[in-house]
Amino acid sequence: MMLCKLSFKNIRKSFKDYAIYFFTLILGVAIFYVFNAIDSQTVMINVSSSTKEIIQLMNQMLSGVSVFVSFILGFLIIYASRFLIRRRNREFGIYLTLGMSKRKISAILLIETLLIGVLSLVVGLGLGVVLSQFMSLLVANMFEADLTNFQFVFSSSACIKTLGYFSIMYLVVMIFNTVNISRCKLIDLIQANRKSEKVKMKNPYVCIVVFIISAIFLGYAYWRVTGDVESMAYAGEILVIMAIGAISTFFIFWSLSGLLLRIVQSNKKFYYKGLNSFILRQISSKINTTVFSMTTICLMLFITICVLSSALSIKNSMTANLTTLAPADIEIDKNLDLVPNNRVTEAQAEDSHLSVRETLERMDFDVDAYFKDIVDFNVYATNNLTIRDTLGSSFEKIKNQFPNLMYDSAEAIVRESDYNQVASLFHLEPVHLEDDEYVVIADFDSWVMIRDEALKMGESITLNGNVYYPKYEECIDGFLEMSSNHINTGFFVVPDDAVDESIRAQNIMIANYKAETDEEKQEIEDKIVQLDNHPYASSTTISASSKIAIYEGSVGLGACVTFIGLYLGIIFLISCAAILALKELSESSDNRERYTMLRKIGTDEKMIKRALFRQIAIFFLFPLVLAIIHSIFGIMFCNFILETFGNKQLLYSIIMTAIFIVVIYGGYFLVTYFCSKNIIRAH
Amino acid sequence: MSVLKLENVKKYYGVKNNITKAVDGISFQVDEGEFVAIMGASGSGKTTLLNCISTIDNVTSGHIYVGREDITEIKEDDMADFRRENLGFIFQDFNLLDTLSIEENISLSLIINHTDVNEMDKRVLDIASKLGISDVLKKFPYEVSGGQKQRCACARALITHPKLILADEPTGALDSKSSRMLLETMRDMNEHLGATILMVTHDTFSASFCKRVLFLKDGKIFNEILRGDKSRKEFFDEIIDVLTLLGGDTENVR
Repeated sequence: MMLCKLSFKNIRKSFKDYAIYFFTLILGVAIFYVFNAIDSQTVMINVSSSTKEIIQLMNQMLSGVSVFVSFILGFLIIYASRFLIRRRNREFGIYLTLGMSKRKISAILLIETLLIGVLSLVVGLGLGVVLSQFMSLLVANMFEADLTNFQFVFSSSACIKTLGYFSIMYLVVMIFNTVNISRCKLIDLIQANRKSEKVKMKNPYVCIVVFIISAIFLGYAYWRVTGDVESMAYAGEILVIMAIGAISTFFIFWSLSGLLLRIVQSNKKFYYKGLNSFILRQISSKINTTVFSMTTICLMLFITICVLSSALSIKNSMTANLTTLAPADIEIDKNLDLVPNNRVTEAQAEDSHLSVRETLERMDFDVDAYFKDIVDFNVYATNNLTIRDTLGSSFEKIKNQFPNLMYDSAEAIVRESDYNQVASLFHLEPVHLEDDEYVVIADFDSWVMIRDEALKMGESITLNGNVYYPKYEECIDGFLEMSSNHINTGFFVVPDDAVDESIRAQNIMIANYKAETDEEKQEIEDKIVQLDNHPYASSTTISASSKIAIYEGSVGLGACVTFIGLYLGIIFLISCAAILALKELSESSDNRERYTMLRKIGTDEKMIKRALFRQIAIFFLFPLVLAIIHSIFGIMFCNFILETFGNKQLLYSIIMTAIFIVVIYGGYFLVTYFCSKNIIRAH
Repeated sequence: MSVLKLENVKKYYGVKNNITKAVDGISFQVDEGEFVAIMGASGSGKTTLLNCISTIDNVTSGHIYVGREDITEIKEDDMADFRRENLGFIFQDFNLLDTLSIEENISLSLIINHTDVNEMDKRVLDIASKLGISDVLKKFPYEVSGGQKQRCACARALITHPKLILADEPTGALDSKSSRMLLETMRDMNEHLGATILMVTHDTFSASFCKRVLFLKDGKIFNEILRGDKSRKEFFDEIIDVLTLLGGDTENVR
């Protein structure tokens, strides 16, 4: 009982020190709950079955990510509790000299952890339940569903999950603390406060050399992910580049910690202005020992910025293009003239000689009753016209750049008149060809680049013995298949008589629904989905993509990515900020004596406050600035990989990310400042 | 001319029924160029008195004049200004900033006084050579001896040419050799640099370096003795006699 009382008093007494730790735990619990409760949140919103599937997928992914998140939070909690214990070394030393056994001290810590754990879980879950109501709004907004019947949702499964995960984390912390206490020696505990900090000055020349070398390496890493990005042959290479970046980040901090002071000292006027010398010495004395955590925080911030800004822009860019990329209600295609093999059954091969319309009729679907504006045509392909052939003399150069492309696959060919029909339905520009001309239609950026190369050279193609020349020196923007992104790698439009039915490869039917309202369209959509259950379905390779499905798919996928990005980003951000805040606060109590002395010799409060503010601000800004520089290149790289961002979306997501960082990171900074001010205040 | 003048200063702690009279109506005055010690057992109120004089604590009643200014009337906001322009401090535990070099520690009081950089360098070098710490200026506090640290603290107190230097048990953390060196330094500061010093101590040896010793007991001035032309040894014996009269706290005088 005595121990309980002691623990309780300890917590109350050091609540100011604990506050930020406690606050972080509550946030962690709340966020954990909120993202795991999305499951129950989505039950009540009105979405179609295909969206439901995506939501299910998202929930599975979120619970997977939760495991990862719990590891991060676990590390954070262990780190923080180690901090707090170290601060109380003297207190434990006194207990030990008074004859308290180590077991009892462990018990005190155990009770404390338990108290804090229970309290943070209760408060955090409460906050989580409240926040998750707002999350419903966000979920509905993300999946573009209307929130017809808003109701208070409490997810017991998320609650149990949160309790379980955090109990395990606290248990680990308890074990960790017990081991920590049983290992420490009394002498160290008692002398903990008396250890005078040695300020080691690094050799400035070594620092300069290290700085230059790491800057060069960092520059190299930057260049590899932006300017030289095309030469990246395999995905693993990015890991190597990231490792280079991480290591050079460490050495940049290491060398800067040695250089910063000397650089500023060389400007005496500035150095001796106000408390600048004091601030700088404070920082440089600590930066020596905190290079590692600075690096960690910088890298975590970097990941956070990249994840957040990419995740936020994906959703928007995915839906932004849809009106132009999916202009018709439905597109049905099937491959023609297949040969039976282990993937194609006899029945399917049989069916593949029929057109889309004929197959649909076999499935008892009346095309003319439901569809209007029908465009029905064939796509041709021949092994005499492969990508290698169309690239002509630019092949070698392209092959060097992109060694892994399938250069021997046949190009898709479309007749001029067919394409113009599609173009008018899709609101694209029609093409007009002379007898010996062709054009390439493509909208996938890197493929456009490749093809433009060949078109600029005027590479000719040969079909049936006739030679055709490019009409333009570049690709025409357009597509044949509706999708949520610019993924048309390119097809050839040739004069009508250039191809004959012997090389037909695919039959495509594009149409609009004979319907006025959204409900009627949905009805037809449902009928088409029902075709899957028709007995004939297994004997055909027909496939359809509809505007509605594409839309739901991309909205859902975008939302999915956004949620996971938000989840990870916020957890990362909180972890970074909390580590910095705890570090800074635990040092504030050491600094108290220094500030008291400054006060005694007549420094006024304003100067002291300013010095404290600057000291903490520099500590928070240092890793952030480098992280932002990293992120500029990181985002450019993500941009390249995803290819889907429009600049406008990017700006929006960067602004959103900035808001997140300012609110969370800035919030932690302010709390740290005010807490530190409290600690160093005259008593 | 008096540098410091106290008029019936009182400092009470606690509430109604449980009042501790830490300082109970003390009046005295310190003239320019004096080196005064205040002695007393622990709990006699000497540190409280020093805190009141140094504006770190405020009085319950009475007046304290430093020069012509009544510091009990100074507003909270102007305290810091007053302190750094008029007072110098030497603390028991040196109170040097471990993150700053000796040189920077000394110049700290000038820095917060917004002194010009070139002027600052000159004054730091000057005072350092006077106190014999020129060769450790670039070092850090943990790299020098206790005596050097304490002289650094003296230099910091002296460098702004304060009206009054307040020393709180300055030898408390030093061995006897360093103590003697510090006290000789302080005597030199007093005799050759014209510093006015008020020192609080319970150590007879330290007090014997002063020109005048005030004895406190239970918050009141119990006695006052002047050194005059006596040798330090004679003065030392005289102080011990008074302490014996004072009762208690004599077991550690020799």
